[in-house]
Parts: sequence; structure tokens; C-alpha cells
Amino acid sequence: MYSIKEAVLSGIHFIDGDVACAEGAIAAGCRFSAGYPITPSTEVVERLAARFPMVGGMFVQMEDELASSIAIIGAAWGGVKAMTVSSGPGISLMQEHIGLAAITETPTVWVNVQRCGPSTGLPTQPAQGDMMQAQWGSHGDYPSLALCPNSPQEAFDLTVRAFNLAERYRTPVMVLLDEAVGHMLEKVVIPPGDEIDVDARHFTSKPPKEYRAYECAPGSLVPDMARTGEGYYFHVTGLTHDERGYPIMLAEVQRRLMERLMAKIDLDDVTQVVQSQVDGCEVLVVSYGITSRVAERAILEAREQGLRVGHLRLLTVWPFPEKLVAERCTQGSVQRVVVPELNMGQMVREVERVVAGACPVTLVGHPGGAVHEPEVILEAIMEVRQ
Amino acid sequence: MRGPRTTQSLQAVPVNSPMEDWLRMDRMPHIWCPGCGIGTAVNCFVRAVELSGIPRKKLAIVSGIGCTGRVAGYIKLDSFHTTHGRAIPFAIGLKLASPDLHVVVFSGDGDLIAIGGNHFIHAARRNVNITVICINNLTYGMTGGQVAPTSPKHSIATTTPYGNLESPFNLVHLADSSGASYVARYTTFHVRPLVHTMKEALTKNGFSFVEVLSPCPTLYGRRNRLGDGLDIMRVFKEKAIRRDGLSTDAAFVDLKNGPIVIGKFKDRPREAFLDVYNDAMTRVIGKDHFIPYGPVTMRPPEDESE
Repeated sequence: MYSIKEAVLSGIHFIDGDVACAEGAIAAGCRFSAGYPITPSTEVVERLAARFPMVGGMFVQMEDELASSIAIIGAAWGGVKAMTVSSGPGISLMQEHIGLAAITETPTVWVNVQRCGPSTGLPTQPAQGDMMQAQWGSHGDYPSLALCPNSPQEAFDLTVRAFNLAERYRTPVMVLLDEAVGHMLEKVVIPPGDEIDVDARHFTSKPPKEYRAYECAPGSLVPDMARTGEGYYFHVTGLTHDERGYPIMLAEVQRRLMERLMAKIDLDDVTQVVQSQVDGCEVLVVSYGITSRVAERAILEAREQGLRVGHLRLLTVWPFPEKLVAERCTQGSVQRVVVPELNMGQMVREVERVVAGACPVTLVGHPGGAVHEPEVILEAIMEVRQ
Repeated sequence: MRGPRTTQSLQAVPVNSPMEDWLRMDRMPHIWCPGCGIGTAVNCFVRAVELSGIPRKKLAIVSGIGCTGRVAGYIKLDSFHTTHGRAIPFAIGLKLASPDLHVVVFSGDGDLIAIGGNHFIHAARRNVNITVICINNLTYGMTGGQVAPTSPKHSIATTTPYGNLESPFNLVHLADSSGASYVARYTTFHVRPLVHTMKEALTKNGFSFVEVLSPCPTLYGRRNRLGDGLDIMRVFKEKAIRRDGLSTDAAFVDLKNGPIVIGKFKDRPREAFLDVYNDAMTRVIGKDHFIPYGPVTMRPPEDESE
């Protein structure tokens, strides 16, 4: 029989971040995608459209992002790993269904190749303006998981991880690329299929009579799914529901559901942060995505000038790795925290929140359309000497 | 089992409805008003499913939001209550991911045709293998009786207190001209032909569409002087004319003056979305490279990493 491992495009490739993301999805076992063309994310679905028929999958171009974003939720309930891909305006349209995936606990992956906004903005230029949207975009409270690669290699790796986390926590997971990472051509090493860890979907082993759709096993906060078409007769709704999946219009049921949803993600498990020379640093740069690569240049120059500069690069941006960031930023030696980002100041708010006044936090904002000049970040780092 | 019913016995006797096995009885009572036609349509649907021979567990039902949107929550099937207007694209994803399922969308006119209108026409164009049942009550019931794209011209709604100035969609014409394989319209008065047509729609390949005109006495009938549920049923009875095969652009609905044209308007063989996929891919990509799409190949990850 055809094997998922055979689908993995193992080897050394020279591909862009969008293509690497598509290959990551295939390697993670994704076999359904629905999308709508939008720059600069289209290459992801173009790749899937070409590759899926050769690995037993299907891509459908839907009539809009509203349709794409709920088709993947339908497909996930059909038993398949599914993903949608978009950018700026399209991601804005998808927000309602991110909420639906969150409340119905549907494992799905959402790729946002960020471009400049608001509105149509600069469609072909990079930005990191959707960071807060990734956390707060849909109405109401819900757990957000978002990963932020800074290279085609990481676009591959983190897309695989996004699928794994989606299955582990039964939740939508977002992969936040940007135009620069999406269109950047670099070496990508795709390991042999059997060396890639892939989380399977957690299907219930209970017989239909004993199964309750949203009842968790003792010690777990994530319920097992039932397979559609096997006589479980389960009900899935975007309304507030109880353990049976039935809508119940009571504050107490809302409380129970929300408390479980907000608690089900294990921060230590999902947090991935790359740390460089953080111990005893005078200045700590906190960055993510494409900006981290520009920051790296500034950091090296500052170190050459004799300053001890540490770098915290967030691969997991949501949930915000607050424990780790707080610990590193407030270790005593740190006199200043510098946060460069391709927006007018979004994740810096999270950094300020966890630093809580222990040291100054400097935003190096940029409206997008290009990446930072490294000198601007260097200047902000060197200000500590003045 | 039915209890005794004689003129002597005035005592209330519990009577089990033959529907009980199909309903989530632990969710009763339902939210629908007296005189509403949705329950009748649900009854017809269940009868149609029984007659269709489709194995119950291989049938999934998807609803959007609204009064009819609650159907998925009451019927004991794998059931999905989705977002407003998006039941069809959800159903498409579900169907494509598990082609062995029969997928039915059961929703209202506002949900399917206003906010979801774009999905409706594109699903018909794709001729994707799903059945769409649209309960058309000419208004938005759940939110209190606002005007819908199906509301007759000059009808009164809370958002058109001086009368609706717009012309309504002819749903069967819309489905037909968008490419649906099967198109029919009945009312909740015509339960026997409705059961038959739902059964037929369920077993058709491709996009099948059944419009069900249904009374909303509480929010439409009352404001538009159509009387209660029974009065509207009388209108359905008296004004309906059956014209199977009639060109859908002539299949009018006029509750005030008649006619209400009902019948099966379209039943045409047209290659459905899923039928063409494997054949076309085998031809274009070649059988050495194309992995046929289906439940087995779509689901390898979970089977392997155990």
C-alpha cells in the first residue's frame, strides 16, 4: 500500500519558503487543502495543487477565503489533516472560522504569509503586522497557537510542527510566514520520511454508546475525536456546548468550556525559543521571523564593539513564551531589551507586559514594505552605552 | 407502541413518535414555533432517508445558522452546526475528505442564499456530490423577521416596515442556471411528493437541490396578513400547481395571487465533481505517478504512526 513516508520529498533542495511550507504539510500528513489565490501566499497552494495528486491528497480552489477556511474544518472532520493558506485580506476573512475551529476543537493548520496592511496595503512586500491578529483575530477568547519561521528550512520544520501541535491539542495552529521568508530561496534539507515525527489524530477507542464528544479522559484536557461515518452520531456546534457536544445556553457551561479550552495548551510543550549568548547579556534582543535575521547582523556588530548582546528568537509566538522571556529579560544583567519588528509595535507589548518595568524596552518598529536596515537596530542596541 | 385511543378514554396516554429513534430526544423540546414547517420537513427527510437505503451511519448532516440551522442539532446522525452561510463549503470539505459519506446540507433561505449565496452557486457549478435542502420561509426567523432575498416584493419585515422594495430570488432557477444536477421545489403541505423528491435527491450523483416552502406564521405570516400556520398551509394547498420539467425561469412563487409552482424541474445527468477527479488525474499524470484519491490514501498518517 501507498505510504505517507514515500510522499516526503527527502533530500537537499533549493526552494522558497512557500514551497518548503507546502512540503512540510505533505511530510506532516496533510492531504487536503482549500484556498483562494492571494499574494504572497499563492505559491504554497500552487505547490500543493501540483503535488497532492501524487500523494493521495486533494487541493480545491474555493470561491473565497470564507469557503476555504471552513472547507478545511469539514475535511478535518472527514478524518483528514487539512490546511488553508492566505495572506492579509484573506486571513481577515477567515477569522470567523478560526473561532469555529477553536470552539469545535478541530485540528487544522492556517498559513499566513504576511504582507503589508491594513486593507490591500502592499501585497508584494513583507510585514509582520498580523501578530496580534493571530492571537486576537476571531471574536471571544480562545487558545492561540502560532509559529514563526525565519527561513525556508524553518518554514518546512515549523509547518510539520504546526500539524503535530494541531493534533496534540485539537486546535487551529497558525504558521506566520512573511513575504520575505515566503519568497526567499534557500537550501532546505528534508529528512527521510521515517525521521520526521508525525503526530497521529487521537481517535476514540470507545464504542459509540460510551462516547461523549467533548468528554476528556482523566488527566487530559483534550477530548478524543470520533470518526465520521462510523455510527457515533456525534454533534458538533459552534454554540457553547457541554460534554455531549449539545448546545447549552448557560453561563456555567460557558465557563466550564472556556476554562478547559484556555488551559489545554501546555506552555512548556509548545514553547520553542532559540537563545544566543543570553546569559549575563547587557542588551537582549527579542525578535522573530524575518526580522530576526536582520537583527542578527546588528547583534554581531554590537558584539564586535564589545557589547554583550543576547538574542531571544521566538519560534513560538503564541502563546507568548512569557515565562522564558520574563526570566531572561529580568536576569539582572540586562539593561535594555530591544524588540525590532515589521509593524508599528505589536509583540513589544507582550515583552513590556512580562518585563513589567524591570528594565527599559525599546521598540524598533517598521511599517513594512521592506525589512529593517540593520543600522537602525544596531543604534537601538548601542543606545545603552549613552 | 401506540396507546389505546377511544372516546371513553380521556386519560393522556404516552405515545411514542416513530421519529424518536431519529431524534436526539434528550434535546427536546425543540425551538420551533407552533405552525412552523421545519418539523414537517424534518419528518419528510427522515422518511426519505429510510426509503433511500443509505446506511444511517454513512449519512452526515450539515446546517448553518438560523431556525433551520438547528436541524443538525436535533437529528441523530453525525451532525454539524457550522457558521452562518457556510454549511455548503463545510459539507464540501467533509465530502471530499470522506467520499464514502452521503452529505446533506439542511439549512434556511437566509443562510444558504443571502450570506451563503456565493457558495450555493459555486457548489452547483462544481456539481459537487452533496444534497442541499433549503427550507424557504421567506424571512429571517431566528433574528425576528427581517427581510430576506426570498421575501416577496412589498412584503413587510422588521427591516422593511414600509414594504420590501427588492425582488426575490427564484431559488430553483438559481440552482438550475448554476449547474445543479437535480432541482425540485415542494411545500410542507406536499409531504408525500416531498418525501419522494428528497429520497431521489439523496441518491442523485452531483449537486441536488430541494427547495421546501415552509410557513413562518410567527414572523412572516402575521406581519403579511397570511394568518396562522394552518392558513398558510391552505395557501400552499390551493395555490400550488405541479409542473414537473417546467423551465425554472417560469417556476414562480406567489403566495398572494398564485401560482406556487412545485415539482421536479431538473434531473439531468452531469458529470459530478468526484467522478471526474480520479479519471482525469490518471489520464493527465499517468497511473505510475497518480495516487488515486479516496478514503484509504487520504488517511495514511494515523494508520502508520501508531
